[in-house]
Order: sequence, then structure tokens, then C-alpha cells
Amino acid sequence: MSGGVVGGDTASGAARRPVRRSAGAGAAFAAGATITTAYLALALVACVWTPHDPTAISIIDKLQAPSVHHWFGTDQLGRDVLSMIMAGARNSLGVALLSVLIGAAVGIPLGLIAAAERGVVEELIMRANDLTFAFPALLLAILITAALGPGAVNAVIAIGVFNIPVFARVVRGGARNLWTRDYTLAARVAGKGRARISLEHILPNLATLLVVQGTIQFSLGVIAEAGLSYVGLGAQPPTPSWGRMLNEAQSLTALDPALALYPGGAVVLLVLGLNLVGDGLGRGRGLQ
Amino acid sequence: MTSEMLLHIESLGVSIGTERVLDNVSLHVARGEILGLVGASGSGKSMTALAIMRLLPRAARVTGSVCFEDRLLGAMSEVELRAVRGGRMAMVFQEPMTALNPLIRIGAQVAETVRLHRSAGAAEARSLAREALDRVGLHGIELERLPYELSGGQRQRVAIAMALVLSPALLIADEPTTAIDVGTQADILRLLEDLVRTRGSGMILVSHDLAVVSQVTDRIAVMRHGEIVEQLPTAELLTREHHPYTQALLAAARLEPKRVPRRPESALVVLEAREIVREYPRRRRSFLRRAAPRRAVDGVSLDVHAGETVGLVGESGSGKSTLLRTLLALERPQAGAVRLLGEDFGASRGAASRRLRRSIQVVLQDPVGSFDPRWRVERLVAEPYYALDDPPDAALLKANVAAALAEVGLCAADGARYPHEFSGGERQRIAIARALILRPAVIAFDEAVSALDVLVRAQILTLLAELADRLQLAYLFVSHDLHVVRAIADRVYVMQQGRIVEQGPTERVFRSPQHAYTRALLAATPQLA
Repeated sequence: MSGGVVGGDTASGAARRPVRRSAGAGAAFAAGATITTAYLALALVACVWTPHDPTAISIIDKLQAPSVHHWFGTDQLGRDVLSMIMAGARNSLGVALLSVLIGAAVGIPLGLIAAAERGVVEELIMRANDLTFAFPALLLAILITAALGPGAVNAVIAIGVFNIPVFARVVRGGARNLWTRDYTLAARVAGKGRARISLEHILPNLATLLVVQGTIQFSLGVIAEAGLSYVGLGAQPPTPSWGRMLNEAQSLTALDPALALYPGGAVVLLVLGLNLVGDGLGRGRGLQ
Repeated sequence: MTSEMLLHIESLGVSIGTERVLDNVSLHVARGEILGLVGASGSGKSMTALAIMRLLPRAARVTGSVCFEDRLLGAMSEVELRAVRGGRMAMVFQEPMTALNPLIRIGAQVAETVRLHRSAGAAEARSLAREALDRVGLHGIELERLPYELSGGQRQRVAIAMALVLSPALLIADEPTTAIDVGTQADILRLLEDLVRTRGSGMILVSHDLAVVSQVTDRIAVMRHGEIVEQLPTAELLTREHHPYTQALLAAARLEPKRVPRRPESALVVLEAREIVREYPRRRRSFLRRAAPRRAVDGVSLDVHAGETVGLVGESGSGKSTLLRTLLALERPQAGAVRLLGEDFGASRGAASRRLRRSIQVVLQDPVGSFDPRWRVERLVAEPYYALDDPPDAALLKANVAAALAEVGLCAADGARYPHEFSGGERQRIAIARALILRPAVIAFDEAVSALDVLVRAQILTLLAELADRLQLAYLFVSHDLHVVRAIADRVYVMQQGRIVEQGPTERVFRSPQHAYTRALLAATPQLA
């Protein structure tokens, strides 16, 4: 609100307006980015190396307290918890990422088409969206995995389907706004068709918005994956997953409450990190 | 200290960071006096208004004194200032769209000002609001209306009612008529003048347009670069020599014709519209009966000859923008035909349409929205090349873009920059370069200079006139501003409610307008004597 009135002429005054970000917001974004990067690194390392084999059962070592050998201790079957958390990160991030990609790959074109075509096409796309939205996300995912059978791949599909209308709606809203800009009119005067204008002018100008939305959907995907595997519809044993670790720890709360803390904390910290990143990116929007 | 003096500003200075925004500004306003504050954008006029209201950004450092009703504003606490703002001193802003809260009913918005400043009951505040709305010419308008239900002029009246409801001693109006139609503009100016004169309060009218300011003010202060270069009684504006900057503003506001009108009736017709009808469906009121569609354009015929500049004048809502979009084949008319270079352009499709498009280009009003913010200027200017089947290779294209930029007074290096790095006037130059690059037969201008400052507007019009003569271009110049059209057009069409009500050579139409609507438009347009 401060800079605009000073600016030279009205147009560039707005463009030159300094976007001030409080130091706190910057620090929050940095913290979020650090957490998220750390998880990514952890998941990547887990692809090639974990301290122990996360699936190796050793009953004599069961329910050990944290030690130099097992940093986070062992579970009721003697598996190394740290290794399971690392392998779980790989599973969790993988499922969330792929489901965001599915949602974006289908939802973005649908949103672009809806905004460009208007009329009947738009109505059809958006009402189909509403229909998907009408189901609670987790219920829909359970429905899909129940129909297709449990497993990580089907979890990806289930969560991805829920992401499609989110992306379609965000893109259509942003695109409709951009279609009222004069530069789309100028492009039409140059003889460009709607598809070309959508790709050249509309989509690039939605990029920031999409990155922010992608981050939010990513964190929702992590929660959804944990939820699905908690009820046994995610990655199947012996593949480690945070949701199933939580489920198994539940019956042992009296014996070893720490067992639930590791996977629970892992989910909470990752979601927190992703949300901080999304927040920071959202604040930075509007910056060219 | 005489009580006749309402506002007394003594060597006011404002700096933000290292930038000196206002320097040594001294002004005074007496009771019952209207002071005009004139200057190009960025000259510090709005800053002066904000400094008087003490609404400056927090980082601003202020020197000098502002004395209002014999009290120093600088010595007041924020609480005291709040009582002054809105109560004794009120402001009307340029943009009637954003000055009102879109979710609050107009009656409640006006009443809110009352309740903020007086311990008035809801009923009393409401009746004061009613009274204020009646006074600004909104007799009998329902208090329950929402801002979006009103026209731009009506909204500006509501904003004025909000400013005047508590009978402030000083009213600051910052470009109050810049965003509204000519007819309405004259009404609003007259209204402001009446309200100030009858109550003996003072007013500062801030504007970039000397023609507007000269209509109602007693004195004029001319600003440039945060300083006042000249103060003079309005009556002397045209009678004596002034500071060179004032002279420049005067010349720009006068808008002398930029070129010798031609009589190209013998020339080829390049763009031709025959009996165009464009209708929009209306929301149906009953399930059984379909509502009659709204006719935005109603049987319009129009010709543009080669090398000719044709003006199309009308107020907002007259259908001129719809007509323009139909002429550009962006919308299909329900009836009638658009012919470009003798071929049917309106009904053309695919390759034929693209081939014809290279002969007609457009320059739009909004210097911000006309460009994709993510594209560099060179890519933007080259966009029309898409209409060619064999676009030139990269090297030739770059040379052509550089040539087009040079033609509009920019340099080749500007091609590598982004649109937000340019001022409004420069951006309109880029838009003109984009329209020129294919050497079209016709360029359509949709309010192309309406968003610009008077000085910049004059420069752009001069450039357009020169390009038309040199490159033998035909223009279709659409504007609500009669004087702009007069300065550049050879022939004019006047449009009202979707129909052409008058047409003819520019000078004939302006000297002896035949239709009542044309006469009304001419009378409403502020003009320097």
C-alpha cells in the first residue's frame, strides 16, 4: 500500500511497487524448504542404502530401546525403525509426487479447455468435477483401492483422481481471469487459435499458482497415503509405510509408546515443511 | 490569522528514502474557493493530497507545516487526525469501482461515515445518508443497492455523498472524473462546484487535464517533479504568458489537429461494414418465455478508405467496442457483413481468416493488460507474424522488430526488455509497433490514448499522425473523447445506443453538429476557451 502512490505514471508505479516480505515469513519459508529438502534427501538415500534391511525380521531383537546400533530402536518383529522410516519416506513421497503429477497432467488440460471453450464443454467438465468433489477424498480413495485392490500403485491412482478436479478448478479460475486480459485479444487478432493462446499465454502465467497448488496437494497426498496404508489399502507388507507402522504401533501403545511417535512425527514434520513452502511461494506470487 | 483561510501549507516537503517526492510546496485555500492542482502523472499532485490528509506511507519524512482551520496538522495525534479526516476534510478518489466496498449496500456505506464521526443512531445516520444521496443527484435511489448495480457515474456520486455527508470544510477530489464518461464528467464537475459554492467550503481538484480544471476552479497551481512551478488565477490562464511547463500542458490540453484532413472518397475502401447487427442473449425472466436479446449493435454500416483516419465516437455502452470486435472478426454478427480489402472477413475461417488478419491490426486501451507480462518486447512485437504462412527467418525478424521499434521512437535494445519496465506512453508505443509490423492496411484503435496523461497523449497522437501520412495507413479510431478524435480524424461517426446517429467530415460535424446527441456530447466535453 505504501509504494504505489509515489510511482511515476500509474502503470509502472504498480509494477515498481516494492513487495515487502517480513523477515519472519522468509525464515518460515527457509525452514520449510530445509525440512522438505531433508526428506527428499532421506528418501533418495533410502533408494540405495538404509542402515539395516527394513524388512529383515529378527524376533530376538524385538522392541529394543534406541541404541547406537538401532537409533530409533526396533519394532515388535525386531525390524530397525530408522530404516523403516527411511523406506517409508521413499514410499510416501513417491506416492504423493506421482499422484500430484496425475492430477496436474489431467486436471490442467481440462481446466484450460474449460476456460477456452466456455459453454457446454465448460459445463460438462466442471459438473464432472463437482461430482468428484462431492465424494469425501479418503472415501473416494478407499472406494477406488477397494475396487482395484490394495497396493501402492492403486493408492497413487486413487489420490491422483482426487487431485484432478482440484487442478482443473484452479486452472479454469485463473485462466478465465487471464482470458479477459487484452493480450489474449491481441493474440486472437494475430490469428492465433484458442489452444495456442492457452499454451503460449495462459499456462505460463499460471505457473506460480500451479506450483503453490502442487505443493499443497503434495502435502495432502502425504496425509492421504498415510491414511490409506493405515487402513491397509496402501503399500502392502513387507514394503514399509508410515501409515501401517502407525497401525501396528497402535496395539503396542502400552508396551512401547515411542513406536507410534516415529512414523507420526515423520508425517507431521513433512506436512508442516510442505505447508511452509507452499505458504512462502504463495506470498511471493505476483512477483515477476 | 483570518478565519477566511481554510488551509495553509507552508514549504511542505516529503521524502521517502532518498527520493525527494515533494519540495517546498506552499499553497493555500480560502473558504468557498476551488483550487486546481495540475501536473503530469508523477508530478506529486496525489502526494500533496495525501500529505494534507496525513495519509503518507510510514517511511515518509515530512518537513514544513500544514495548517487547517487554524490548527497545525503536524502537531495532532492520530486520534485527533482521524476526527479531522472524513469529518472536516474529505477525499474523493479517481476509481469509482474500488473506492466503494463491493459487499456493503450504498446506504450503509454512506451511513458508516456518519457513525464513525458522530454518536448518531442508526436511524439518524440513515436519514443523513438519504439526504446526502439526494443532494448528489441520486434522488430516490434505494439505499439497499449494491455498488455493482450502479453505473460508474452513479458510483462516483455515492463516493461524493460519502465525502460530503458530514459537510466537511475541505474536499479533496483526486481525478474524480478521469474514469468516467464525458457526459457524466460534466455533471459531476458541476455537482462538485455547486456543493462547494453553496456551503462555503473549500475544494482542491487534482487533475492532469487543464481543460477539466479550468471549468470550475478559481486558481490553478501547476506542479512538476514535486514542486509548484506556477500559481495563477484561472481567469488568467489563457490571457498571458506562462511558465514553459504550463504552456506545454496548455498546448496538450488544447489538442490542435495533428494533420491536414484529406478527402479520400475516391480512394479504395479497405474496411467496409454493412448493416451489422450484434445481439447478446439476456437472462430469461420466465421459464416459458425467452427474453428479447439486447442489441449492442443495431444495423451499423461504416467505410474506411485507404489512407484515411476515421473516428468512431460514443459514450461507454454505446456499442462501439462490440462493433470494433465484430470488425476485427473476433465476434460474429447476427446479420450484416464485414469486408476487408473487398473480401468477406466477417465469415472467413481458418487459413483465409488468417491471411486476411495480416491486413488489420489493433491497439488497445490498457497499456498494462495489452502485453503478456512474461514475454519480452521483441517476442510481443513479432506476435502478428503468426498470421503469415512463411514467417521471416530469425535474423530478418529481429531486424524488422528493430525497425518497427525505431518507427515508434524506441530503440532496438528495448526489444530485450519486459513490458513492465516501460511507462504507460512507452507501452502504447510498443503496442503501435506490434500493430505496424505486418504493414496492415488498417489499424483499429480502441481508446488507445484514453489511459494516458495529457502530455503523453499529445505525443502519441503526433506519432500516429506522422505514421499515417508516411506509411499511408488507414486508422479506425474509437474513442469517447471528442477532442482526441477531432485532433486526428478525417471523418467521424457518432454512435449512440448501437446506432450511428451522425457521420461526416470531422470539421463539419464539430462546427455544425446535426444530431442532438452530438451537440450534447460536444457541450459536455471540457474545453479551453
